[in-house]
Amino acid sequence: MSADRKHFSPSARFLHWLMAPLVIAMLFIGVGMVATLSSWHQTLLAIHKPLGIAILVLVSVRFIVRLTHRAPPLPDDMPHWQQHIAHLSHWVFYALLFAMPLVGWSMLSAGGFPIHLFGPVNLPPIVPQDVRLYAVLRSAHTVLALLLFATFLAHLGAALFHGLIRRDGVFSSMAKGRD
Amino acid sequence: MTIDPFSPRPPERQTIPLFRLAAIGAVVAAIGGAFVYVGGFVTPHRLTPQRIVNTFEANAGVHPGFRRNHAKGVCVSGYFEGNGQASDISRADVFKTVRTPVIGRFAIPGGDPSAPDASVPVRSMALDFKLPDGQQWRTGMNNTPVFIVNTPQAFFAQLVASKPDPVTGKPDPVKLKAFFAAHPETAPFLSWVKDHPPSSSFGNAAYYGINAFRAIDANGKTHFVRWSMVPEAPYAPVTAEQKSQHDFLDTELRGRLASGPLRWHLILTVATPGDPTTDATQAWPEDRPHIDAGTLVLEHESAQSNGDCRDINYDPTILPDGLKPSADPLLAARSSAYAVSYNRRTHEVAQGLASAQSPTRSHE
Repeated sequence: MSADRKHFSPSARFLHWLMAPLVIAMLFIGVGMVATLSSWHQTLLAIHKPLGIAILVLVSVRFIVRLTHRAPPLPDDMPHWQQHIAHLSHWVFYALLFAMPLVGWSMLSAGGFPIHLFGPVNLPPIVPQDVRLYAVLRSAHTVLALLLFATFLAHLGAALFHGLIRRDGVFSSMAKGRD
Repeated sequence: MTIDPFSPRPPERQTIPLFRLAAIGAVVAAIGGAFVYVGGFVTPHRLTPQRIVNTFEANAGVHPGFRRNHAKGVCVSGYFEGNGQASDISRADVFKTVRTPVIGRFAIPGGDPSAPDASVPVRSMALDFKLPDGQQWRTGMNNTPVFIVNTPQAFFAQLVASKPDPVTGKPDPVKLKAFFAAHPETAPFLSWVKDHPPSSSFGNAAYYGINAFRAIDANGKTHFVRWSMVPEAPYAPVTAEQKSQHDFLDTELRGRLASGPLRWHLILTVATPGDPTTDATQAWPEDRPHIDAGTLVLEHESAQSNGDCRDINYDPTILPDGLKPSADPLLAARSSAYAVSYNRRTHEVAQGLASAQSPTRSHE
């Protein structure tokens, strides 16, 4: 079997397209649930915590896939600064996707809240109970979420720019496998 | 010719495709705009938890480190001993014949942490039951069996109508009258308060869970319940002499606990189909089954400035397996507004803005 150098591996593509809607949904759930008084608050909160943990598991798997599989190179004619930003943005994504659920989990731990997943299943606290720490982590959760959303918008814009304007194969490297 | 817009670029085409560029911009802007809209950033007139808490702050001022409502209170601790009698309707571990540690708080409503105790007829009891394996049950109860309003919108309208006049320091009676006239659902609460003089102590009042909840039994079946804590200490009305003392509830509680623990019975009232489960202003008929689920024993008290209750958000939707919220709109609203209050006051503590000493104890 000859190596496909132009596309991400099937496992990387599967994880990307599985996680993309989950992460985007998570950002909307998060910003929506803290701004509503309606019963959506309860519904969204009940989704937010287990989904966050699910994303933590998925990003861990994906990180291993990323380290063990070669990513396709960017086109030679892409300016170097753009290539640098592209690579940087991918590592920013990994950092944020790990940080968001871990900060959320720590924040609930520091605030003394139960970390409820479903039914009787709760996760243990991962930091000591301390409201000063809670306050810092709570703010960090918001700031990192906004940063993640901004990174997503930039990523989306760049992906569409590659797909619709440069049409250089970068978009299809994640969108599909070998023809 | 292909119709796939993502097909490789024809090499001869070098002009910037403005239409495609605009389409990309539109997609990114639409998603960004949706995010901003969902976050409530462009709809300042929407009733949000932030607006509710802002209004508490407008009415009572900002008191760094304190809860935005029920700001004045005292921490207590003890345990709850279940007797197994409620296990038929709820599988929650707390109802089994086990002892569950409890961190509680008595308080009076309002945003001023140094308000005189006699300023309000309402007392509240908040409890955090610490179950094994990380589960918790948090409840915030008042000494009135019904609540004054049944929607967050009406609660907000009441807050706005209660804003103290800057000259008199009291709410404008005309505005309050207009509020009550527009909200006939307040009648059961008002008549209950009229007929029941406030208790002389935090320790001899009954406290009611305000909202309906769902108890889930071992088979997964739902039973709608309300709960109350009924004191063993006999009720006595507040005296004129007590009313003249600024912090009589706190002082009285300390005296009572010095001579022994205080006990309440947790009573679960089970609804009959058709009983209102989403309207906190409506009591259920007296003949509904009452289950004595166990005994709450409170042993110690401490000032909230350094007590264990200070750092707890008594969010009534934090429930163990075997209890779930009802669809009462006040429950979700309480949860989201308490979170805003908690976030603000914990940030004030983190920034060192909170006063170290509680006002109620500072003149001891």
